[in-house]
Amino acid sequence: MKTILWDTIEAGRIAFGALTANKARSALATLGIVIGVMTVVLMITIVSGLNDSFSTQLARIGSGTIYIQRFPWIIQDDFFIYRNRPRLTQKNYEDVKRYCQGASTITPYVDTMRPVAFKNESLGGVFLIGTDETYLETTDVMPEVGRFISRMDAIANRDVAVIGTTVAKELFGQHNPIGQKVRIGGFDYKIVGVLEEQGAMFGQSMDSQVIVPIGSMRKHFGRRRDLSIIVKAINPDEVEELKDELTGIMRRTRRLGPGEGDNFSINEQGQLMDMYTQITSGVYAAGIIIGGISLIVGGIGIMNIMLVSVTERTHEIGIRKALGARRSQILRQFLIESALICSFGGIIGIGLAWGGAKAINIYLPTSMSVPLAVAGMLFAAFVGVFFGIFPAAKAARLDPIVALRKE
Amino acid sequence: MSKNSTIITLKKVQKIYQIGEIEVPALLDINLNIRRGEYLAIMGPSGSGKSTLMNLIGCLDTVTSGEYWLEDEDVSKLTDNELAQIRNHRIGFIFQTFNLLPRANAFRNVELPLIYAGTTPGKRREKAISVLESVGLGDRVNHKPSELSGGQRQRVAIARALVNDPSIILADEPTGNLDSTTGEEILHLFEELHKQGNTMIVVTHEETVASRAARVVRLFDGKIVSDTRNDSNSQTDKSSTTDILARVKRKNIPEAG
Repeated sequence: MKTILWDTIEAGRIAFGALTANKARSALATLGIVIGVMTVVLMITIVSGLNDSFSTQLARIGSGTIYIQRFPWIIQDDFFIYRNRPRLTQKNYEDVKRYCQGASTITPYVDTMRPVAFKNESLGGVFLIGTDETYLETTDVMPEVGRFISRMDAIANRDVAVIGTTVAKELFGQHNPIGQKVRIGGFDYKIVGVLEEQGAMFGQSMDSQVIVPIGSMRKHFGRRRDLSIIVKAINPDEVEELKDELTGIMRRTRRLGPGEGDNFSINEQGQLMDMYTQITSGVYAAGIIIGGISLIVGGIGIMNIMLVSVTERTHEIGIRKALGARRSQILRQFLIESALICSFGGIIGIGLAWGGAKAINIYLPTSMSVPLAVAGMLFAAFVGVFFGIFPAAKAARLDPIVALRKE
Repeated sequence: MSKNSTIITLKKVQKIYQIGEIEVPALLDINLNIRRGEYLAIMGPSGSGKSTLMNLIGCLDTVTSGEYWLEDEDVSKLTDNELAQIRNHRIGFIFQTFNLLPRANAFRNVELPLIYAGTTPGKRREKAISVLESVGLGDRVNHKPSELSGGQRQRVAIARALVNDPSIILADEPTGNLDSTTGEEILHLFEELHKQGNTMIVVTHEETVASRAARVVRLFDGKIVSDTRNDSNSQTDKSSTTDILARVKRKNIPEAG
């Protein structure tokens, strides 16, 4: 055991000496490993960053919340099939509300884009949502200042609005917007509340929005708007049962015959997650394959350079053997050398990936984990050992007499 | 083991190289006994088989047939690893071209056999430095081979050969790459080592080198053709020494770079 320890340390020293003696050559030889490790590590970092941010955003939809809509969230076949579907109507909503047993809250929802103006300030592209007071329960929004639209606002179709933080900032700056009148698409609305800041969801700001009573929205912006029905389950574990129940109610209210397909969609968070995992696993696999290929190419490069190294140092190997080095000791020396080159490449690759992750972090929250960096290093060393076996075995098998004769 | 016991026994040793289809005999029916503490020269022209014999004695190669006993072990039956261990513990090699590692300093070169023997770093340092001092290189410990003269290089090689306390010291043309004065210094060092009780085997084609040994074995065409003892003690024979020096000088062998 002691012998192994000493000659492993010795092998490390020899390897280090050999590497520093051929700096440029070692650096070039390890380039493939650098690229391979960088690709794999960066890809894993990005995908896990994407996953994290996506699932945080999805969590906002809530796992027990179902959206009954005209279009599915994921359109896999021809869009025109869905375009011909009838819009969801007020009657659909009322029937769902009347018959559904598994829901704790049922919220009507319409949306559109309208400009919002206050005095001389105007803000375009604002997301205008029409709903009622139950929206607070089905989603996570909360008013930060003032109040949300009330039941009375909804019943009386009052022209009151709750605005997002972006709208508040752009139109009012430091001033209190509560009680002020804004013009939304040409109609006056009184601001009763400002929502908490919500950030972006799937790249879209959730703070550039205005929520008004659904009746008021219909009154000013059209009665036949496409409706969504947001349904929150009493028990989030019984979402599937709730979906079946809702499908039944919708088919009845729409008078669909047994042979007809659904002309509405039941959407929920789980579907998005499924689709998302599918896409990212593809990206993931592609990254791993590209990285893997460059690691193999890099490994072959290492094998080549190690073969050169063995040939160059044949005489040295002869001397070592004459002085009593066993095959295993020579083998170990060269394996450690190639593992060292590759680990060195691994460190550089991880460094580059770390820098890359930092740069991407501006757009997407990514952070490289320490275990990933360690795994990357170990894998690089493993590649070194694997592709070093052949050259090292060649060195170990050399006949000492032949090796000594070679200068 | 008594001081005069046999250390090497070669019985009917044959070495035949297979080159393609052809069998090339290098050694034929070699019988040789070497006692502990002997100073032996193996002589012969090139192609006589003396290098082959040295490789066999040095356990770098194995016999085709016959027996080779080193101390109490039949070396002809050992595995690769066992041979490596024998080379490490029992044989000290000294080569014509020194065979030092160019990137390593004197200390690191001398330390090498101890590393393969599994000696701890502290002991390695102690032993390597003491043996370097004993060959007069106490002040050259951190010098690389390129910073040393030919004679100093050969002393490093001798120190390396001695460091693991080997049973035999095997020198292959040890003065072949040295000028006559330096060669003489090395041969003097060999005599010192012999006096200290080391078994010395020198392979050479030079009479001047062989004449310093107590016993000369001559090879020709793979056979031992003579086995004689030098009666006169060459160390004290002044005329013979000057004669040797003169002859060596005439050959004007360049120093290895």
